[in-house]
Amino acid sequence: MPSMGADMDSGKLVEWKVKPGDRVKKGQVVAAVETSKAVLDVEVFEDGVVEELYVEEDTDVDVGEPLARIGDGSRVGKQKPQAAGKEQTQPASETKTEPEAEPKATPKKPSAKEPAVVPAAAKPESEGRVPASPAARRKARKAGMALADLRGSGPAGAIVLRDLQSAQPSKPATRPGPGPGFDRGQMRAAIAAAMSRAKREIPHYYLANTVDLHAAEQWLTGYNEHQPPENRLLLSALFMKATALALARYSELNGHYAGDGFTAATQVNLGMAVHLRGGGLVAPAIMDADTLTLPELMHQLRNLVRRARGGGLRVSEMAGGTATVTALGDRGVDTVYGVIYPPQVAMIGIGRAHRRPLAVDDGVAVRLSVDITLAADHRVCDGHLGALFLNEIEQRLQQPEAL
Amino acid sequence: MNRDELRNAVLEELSGIAPDIDLASFDDNANLQDEYDLDSMDALNLAEAVHKRLGVNIPDQDYARMHCIAELLDYLEKKL
Repeated sequence: MPSMGADMDSGKLVEWKVKPGDRVKKGQVVAAVETSKAVLDVEVFEDGVVEELYVEEDTDVDVGEPLARIGDGSRVGKQKPQAAGKEQTQPASETKTEPEAEPKATPKKPSAKEPAVVPAAAKPESEGRVPASPAARRKARKAGMALADLRGSGPAGAIVLRDLQSAQPSKPATRPGPGPGFDRGQMRAAIAAAMSRAKREIPHYYLANTVDLHAAEQWLTGYNEHQPPENRLLLSALFMKATALALARYSELNGHYAGDGFTAATQVNLGMAVHLRGGGLVAPAIMDADTLTLPELMHQLRNLVRRARGGGLRVSEMAGGTATVTALGDRGVDTVYGVIYPPQVAMIGIGRAHRRPLAVDDGVAVRLSVDITLAADHRVCDGHLGALFLNEIEQRLQQPEAL
Repeated sequence: MNRDELRNAVLEELSGIAPDIDLASFDDNANLQDEYDLDSMDALNLAEAVHKRLGVNIPDQDYARMHCIAELLDYLEKKL
């Protein structure tokens, strides 16, 4: 069971998408896991053959427990080894640093690979579909039930397994009931745990900067003028890109703080706090955000928001963030100061872009502008660096064509 | 396509974007952002859905001036 973020230490395996003997490819989604916050897709890290599934569907599994064995296919159906600790789905952060790690306890089977999650590009999903967990989607398809006819009780009204269960006629279930799935209370508890830890352990410092968006607005209007809606950009994409570029430069804000101190990340996986309609919050990440073009970033942003609200987020996206942006949107507030999402060390807050008087040259002009803030971990860096970081974002936003 | 059919099509797309909206009591003149909590991403998704379903590509400048479904329907009626 891979790590799914600081606030989740176990998950329920709700669906296997493969069976022993199946050949799998790196990046393929092999299972769905239901956590307190969402139903997530679990990806495999290596090519190989599924030899054995260790865990049955609808089982709660702690992070770090093995889920399955993947190898060259020579051991399909063989017994689970006693010391299975090495052959398991690894947290994303470990697999990135040790992608070639082999189970050292089993040198005689060098082809046995470790299935693990990898950062994968967001995969496009069809538009406007009914929000549902992957498990519920599949079960509904098997049972010939229309998702649109069901009432969802999951996050943002998403249809989860138990909704199908309750909607089914008296026909006995094919296997034991799914038990309690995630609910609002659990989501609240998960957020409470992570935020309490942040405020208990992380000495936050806070900075704010008002950024003139005149140049960004002009550029964006020109860019969007002749684009169909599916290719248009939002200011959010510019904010994300400018932030990602600044994080790449100021590595003290981009990484994880663990027991042995801070480790800077080698890539910028920019998390984005997504408000779920009806309550709750998830913070999936866009991988390598600093290397994406604006249209690519915008595409991933839309995709991520859609999947956050409708189901289909990947474990790697939930655990892989190296810093996070929070924006309270167009109806939000002028300024937002975030709470850092551990083990990250920085939260960037984007306020509401709105028109207000700004000093421009020797006069006063009414300009579109936004307050961008930083909440950073004082154990890792000081306000001086944070100020340079916010200024870097501001400078980047003055040259939108270069983003 | 008459106004009712157009309205049904648009509301169907809207409910795909914001499934929590109760269409039975939907107010065409209510501000989508204030009353129905649509953010800029939702609005863009609606423009895209309208483009795909009805073939009307609403320029960003025009779209920015629409605040409720009634205004969107008025605009689409002229274009269809």
